[in-house]
Amino acid sequence: MIDPKMVQEMGLNEREYQQILDTLKREPTVTELGMFSVMWSEHCGYKYSRPVLSLFKNYKAAQESGALENAGVIPLDDQFGIVFKVESHNHPSAVEPFQGAATGVGGILRDIFTMGARPIANLNSLRFGPLDEPRNRYLFEHVVAGISHYGNCVGVPTVAGEIYFNPCYSGNPLVNAMSVGVVDLDKIASAAASGVGNPVIYVGSSTGKDGIHGATFASVELGPDSESKRPNVQMGDPFLEKLLIEATLEALASGHVVGIQDMGAAGLTCSTSETAAKASTGMEIDVRKVPLREADMTAYEIMLSESQERMLCIAKAGTEQAVIDIFKKWELNAAVVGFVTDDGLVRIKDNGVVVAEIPAKALTNECPTYYLETEEPAYIAQVQAFDLASLPEPEDYGDVLLSLLDCPSIASKGWVTDQYDSMVQTQTVHSPGADAAILRIRGSKKGIAVKLDGNGRYGYLDPFVGGQIAVVEAARNVACVGARPVAVTDNLNFANPEKPTGFWQFRRSVEGLASATEAFNTPVVSGNVSFYNETPDGPIFPTPTIGMLGVLDDVNRRCGAAFRPDGEGDQLVLLTAYDDPTGGLGGSEYLNLQHGEQAGKPPIVNLEQEVKLTELLVSCIGEGLFASCHDVSDGGLAVCLAEMAILSSEGALVLLNPADFVDTPSHSALLFGEAQGRVVVALRTEKQFTKLKEKAAVAGIKAAWIGTVGGDELRIAVGPEVLTVHPVAELARVSDQAIPRRMETRELTERA
Amino acid sequence: MSSVAPAINTGARPRFAVLRFPGSNCDQDAYFTVKDVLGCPVDYVWHQETSLAGFDVVLVPGGFSYGDYLRTGAVARFAPIMDAAIAHAENGGLVIGICNGFQILCEAGLLPGALVRNRDCKFLCKYVGLRVENNTTPFTTEYSAGQIIQIPIAHGEGCYVCDEATEAELQASGRILFRYVDGDGNPTLEGNPNGSQSNIAGIANAKFNVMGMMPHPERASEKILGTADGRAIFESIVKHAMKTLA
Repeated sequence: MIDPKMVQEMGLNEREYQQILDTLKREPTVTELGMFSVMWSEHCGYKYSRPVLSLFKNYKAAQESGALENAGVIPLDDQFGIVFKVESHNHPSAVEPFQGAATGVGGILRDIFTMGARPIANLNSLRFGPLDEPRNRYLFEHVVAGISHYGNCVGVPTVAGEIYFNPCYSGNPLVNAMSVGVVDLDKIASAAASGVGNPVIYVGSSTGKDGIHGATFASVELGPDSESKRPNVQMGDPFLEKLLIEATLEALASGHVVGIQDMGAAGLTCSTSETAAKASTGMEIDVRKVPLREADMTAYEIMLSESQERMLCIAKAGTEQAVIDIFKKWELNAAVVGFVTDDGLVRIKDNGVVVAEIPAKALTNECPTYYLETEEPAYIAQVQAFDLASLPEPEDYGDVLLSLLDCPSIASKGWVTDQYDSMVQTQTVHSPGADAAILRIRGSKKGIAVKLDGNGRYGYLDPFVGGQIAVVEAARNVACVGARPVAVTDNLNFANPEKPTGFWQFRRSVEGLASATEAFNTPVVSGNVSFYNETPDGPIFPTPTIGMLGVLDDVNRRCGAAFRPDGEGDQLVLLTAYDDPTGGLGGSEYLNLQHGEQAGKPPIVNLEQEVKLTELLVSCIGEGLFASCHDVSDGGLAVCLAEMAILSSEGALVLLNPADFVDTPSHSALLFGEAQGRVVVALRTEKQFTKLKEKAAVAGIKAAWIGTVGGDELRIAVGPEVLTVHPVAELARVSDQAIPRRMETRELTERA
Repeated sequence: MSSVAPAINTGARPRFAVLRFPGSNCDQDAYFTVKDVLGCPVDYVWHQETSLAGFDVVLVPGGFSYGDYLRTGAVARFAPIMDAAIAHAENGGLVIGICNGFQILCEAGLLPGALVRNRDCKFLCKYVGLRVENNTTPFTTEYSAGQIIQIPIAHGEGCYVCDEATEAELQASGRILFRYVDGDGNPTLEGNPNGSQSNIAGIANAKFNVMGMMPHPERASEKILGTADGRAIFESIVKHAMKTLA
């Protein structure tokens, strides 16, 4: 009945099939084979990434104690905890961008509210190929529309994000969605199917034929036939999700629910086996009791469907009707489909006939684990050997600044963010242009800051350093608004791990991330791995994105990046935590744009000094020292200053003293280098500057005066030499128009 | 936030009903604004309820009622609670609809005209400038005439349209309460975010006890959210209601 071709088509190799035979001691049914296939896919089972993820110490501890939940919980105060997680929807978005992105948002939201937390904010990290290609414009427009459609309707504000454009993402966009929730610490829900005999209740949307084998699809490279995978992409309904949020939180508050898990990847297969495995129980369900969209669905299809907006809920025996009534009030399906057993098996019946019977832990814990070979790719040595010193200086630094502001990766993302409801729930604290989004928490004096960050180019040049920079930059971003970095969620977007060079990138990157998160004492509490981001044109850059959670002890003590509207005369100071003799030109946007090179070594990282810098920022903002604060990142110091000016319509007179920058190799490095560990702050008084200098000196951080705020132009000079002069209005116009002018072309709505 | 002092501390406080439809998502924002910022009693009222007895003010909040899959507000207007809301308005009670609430009030016939897709066919969330066109209504007395305020919008279908006769009637009777304006305070094309006819952002019924607006004053009632420019709408309502209650 089962032939080798079928096994292969389901993405299982011979050894894995043998393991199935050994486990069952018989040939599997087609339904069982499908269940193994999805649960043992990298997407669900982490069969390749698991050994490397053990480098994250707390992940390892959680894995060993069996305490891994859908999303990690970080205590905020005595009453509330923050739950947050990031997850990718790259492959679905590559073939069906609107639904792919929309269901990415829906999926991550369910991870949050299944823990009993109310989702309070969404973030996203997006990567596309260059906008001069119609297909990339199509993907970009429809991914943004999908996020907007889902997030706005479901009533969770989209508060922050980042977008980069690079040819390596052509045909393989990255869509990472992060969600943040607040939970009462004494009401955290569990995903365990405990209590033998307890009813298993299916709730939410009915099951259709969409998304079958979605997890398997996510675990192969994209290719010419990927278009045929469109039926593997799920369809989202944010209205149903909104009802599901309210109904689930109401059901959890009732005290009747002992365990709950959302049905994401691998649908019913995953939710039944994981909840049973977690509680060391078993579960029996009958697929004919599942609400169906089409009556002719087979058990195989029902078990593998990835229809959205569904949950599996385990209630206390005798309370099933009360739980069902809550979901019915919200006009949702709710049906008892089975019960918890004590035999450790997931038993699937179809109208009373057993069609699958598998030990729950065989599907989950016993997923094969691979220790893959690594090999440093040949390109690494080549790109790192690039001679930065040989580059000519540009003729006009001012033109370079304008072209950087016109670069879609750096330019204003207003075209995107205006399409997102960023304010619903009235907890988004207004802080124009702040480096991280700030949220107040109703009922608490504290606030949180959240940011999602990652730079694929650094990861390409040196995955280890790229991983470190992703963490230090995210930490610096939350510190720039006054928040203490406390925990991390990560989305690891990589190429095919079965290729030794691809796995080397992954391993080195995780080593970098682990070292940086340890330095900041910010545990990785949740995350997601997305492999096989690779098309016939090649792999993507190694792109870990880091979701950083920061805590503000007093939400009223915060800082934005904009100059004060009436900030004329405010003193500008550049904080430098450590020197980078390379000037940070390696892997910079300047090098790419001006010289057409993605080469060099990424900026160096000094973790110890980065930690001191964040501590200094949090302390200064807590004391109210700063009028504005913005970290130096893509595009370097000149872009940083231009952004602060644009945000406030105030200009600045910047006078860089050559004596402060003797280690910086060139004017281009000074203006556009992306050396890490640097922040520009504005101060109202001389006294504040004195105070800052004292505090910075203790931390071994340089605080150099670089100019004053005021006027309607941004002028940057080094000693007597004026390098750039622009009206702020012109800088703003270039930055604002960069994306709209590329998108205002006719073929937008056509599928390229 | 509970740390914010109530706007008005004396007298009998009007009781607010915040209607809840499946898919409402600004219901909690409205609820907490009334409770914590205004210090007024407030309750959610489920769409299947049939009575609004005991409430002085009915607030129809924003969101995507019933998913707005048919036409915004088109299904919500048939909810059992809407009969009670219409009766409340007919008896002279105050009704305010914000965003999706405005759309529902138009569909229910409590306000004239309709809201259609934004000019650029995209959802838009941003601060807009508004000019107070009439400060003598129960919803606007706490503004000065012609005052320019900043309040955010967040909608995909907020382009107000009505026939010419209706607009002439609205204009002549002072029922246009807010218009979108540009940075100079003028109702120009540049200042019009969604293509609304004559930059109309908010209107009242003929008796001036029902008001609908696309911008979100509940998102603009506390400084920490960016601006408190919208708070005067709620304060006007409270003041008016207290006069009638006294």
